[in-house]
Amino acid sequence: MSFLDVENLTLRIVRGPRILRAVSLSVDQGEVRGLVGESGAGKSMIGKAILGTLPRAIEVVSGRIRLDGTDLQTLSARERRRQIGAQVALIPQDPLTALNPVRRVGPQITNRLVDILGWSKDNAQARALELLDEVHIPDPARVMRAYPHELSGGMRQRILIASAFAAEPKLIIADEPTTALDVTVQKQILRLIKNMQAKHNTALLFVTHDLGVVSKICQSLSVLYAGKVIEDTDTRRFFAGPGHAYSQALLHATPKYTDPDDSLTPVPQQVIDAVEAEVAEFDKGLGA
Amino acid sequence: MHDARSTMRRPIGLRLWLSGGWVTLLVLGAIFAPLIAPHDPLYQDLFAGRMPPVWVDGADPNFLLGTDSLGRDVLSRILYGARLALTVALVAGVLTCLIGATLGLIAGYYRGWVDMVISRLVDIWMAFPPVLFAILLIAVLGTGLTSIIIAIVVIDWTRFARVVRAEAMTQGTMDYVASAQVAGRTRFGTMLTEILPNVLPTILALLTLEMGIAVIVEAILSFVNLSISTDAPTWGGMIAEGRTSVHQAWWVLVFPLITLFLTVLSFSQLGEGLKDYFDPVLR
Repeated sequence: MSFLDVENLTLRIVRGPRILRAVSLSVDQGEVRGLVGESGAGKSMIGKAILGTLPRAIEVVSGRIRLDGTDLQTLSARERRRQIGAQVALIPQDPLTALNPVRRVGPQITNRLVDILGWSKDNAQARALELLDEVHIPDPARVMRAYPHELSGGMRQRILIASAFAAEPKLIIADEPTTALDVTVQKQILRLIKNMQAKHNTALLFVTHDLGVVSKICQSLSVLYAGKVIEDTDTRRFFAGPGHAYSQALLHATPKYTDPDDSLTPVPQQVIDAVEAEVAEFDKGLGA
Repeated sequence: MHDARSTMRRPIGLRLWLSGGWVTLLVLGAIFAPLIAPHDPLYQDLFAGRMPPVWVDGADPNFLLGTDSLGRDVLSRILYGARLALTVALVAGVLTCLIGATLGLIAGYYRGWVDMVISRLVDIWMAFPPVLFAILLIAVLGTGLTSIIIAIVVIDWTRFARVVRAEAMTQGTMDYVASAQVAGRTRFGTMLTEILPNVLPTILALLTLEMGIAVIVEAILSFVNLSISTDAPTWGGMIAEGRTSVHQAWWVLVFPLITLFLTVLSFSQLGEGLKDYFDPVLR
């Protein structure tokens, strides 16, 4: 049994259209699973549903999210928050808004340790210093006392990574953690996440739209289109030749940096039509 | 590694110096009024009526800012008037702030039906004309310090509720709020540690603004004789009296007016200045 098991998760906008269509995916201990798809495919919503931070306007229609065998829906809000806090962490997309601007960095890292795991302040402090060192932040003691605006974007993302690994979570959800950073920093951050993940043997759900990133760090991946899993496979097989026509087209559309003159290939219209038809077929099956 | 951003310090600007200076002066004047006021503010001397301020011909050096038509010292009356004005500013300002900001924070962060109730209440409240509402309230409650304070709180809490609600709403969508929740914070705890510190600079600016407004409202009420007992020195009362004799003794009207003007201006500028100074994020 996998550590994270999402089964037939369907979400919709309250009294509106579906945004996830019976999504199933699983992440094992120590596994890195990529979650790819276009903008608006519902990638981030899966993460939010697991973490319990769905926007107010979105409701769970059906499906089950199991964490280490425990069905999250059966827990009380309080117990669920405790379970999530102790076992799951998030590396958010935008390091600029993910740290509270009016609070010093230190307490923002140690909060979880003190709140959830009941550590003493001193222990949490020591652990935070150790982690900041682990993510290669020079002079961690000074950074702990700094306000977020005093630090660069790359530094802030490192802090968020340190903070995510702080409580030794079993699962980390990384929601496009490198999108807001520039290309050179992206590479460092990616390597850092991969190293940290391997070192701590964490399950990692990596949400991205960059297949290049997937090929570097993921063992398996799920391709999402219009909230439906189009393909669920392991990375090597996917890059050797994806099974679904949409995945093939998506892979084909990846820009090639080796040949800057090459123009981008969009996903062909007939592939989109075919996949749209598949989604419509699915909706009909549900009687919508 | 050295990051210059952390060593930046903001200077205290001219705005903060001037407004803070005037407010400090006024507070000291109000507290020590019995010691520094040259005369009893209520003492009448009909033979010394309408004496001009010292720098005008025919002045009595005993009366720095002149006397009114009943021979009462204008400076002493202004100092004693400051006691009422500042008491009202402080108590009414803080109470309005506490009530309005709390409701606004809850509405903006919890949203849903709580927000519905509070927002509709604010909408309804704002349909009343404020000054009329205040006069009506005083008429019902009777004059006196408590009534003035209640009137100000009742008519003005909506100002805080609206602004704080909007701020809390934008803060609520921020990633760090979600992060705090994922890290196991309760909703209430998140509100206190993540949202409140972010809206505090705004609350502070609003608070001093509200203090200025409280001073104005108190002056309006004493202008129409609905403040505290009629013989006590109040700025609004002095302005009302000075108005009747402005052609013979302009100083009776002008000095309380200038004091009122500077005080209200200083309060609002102090708020803006403090907000900029304390906000760790340069806006």
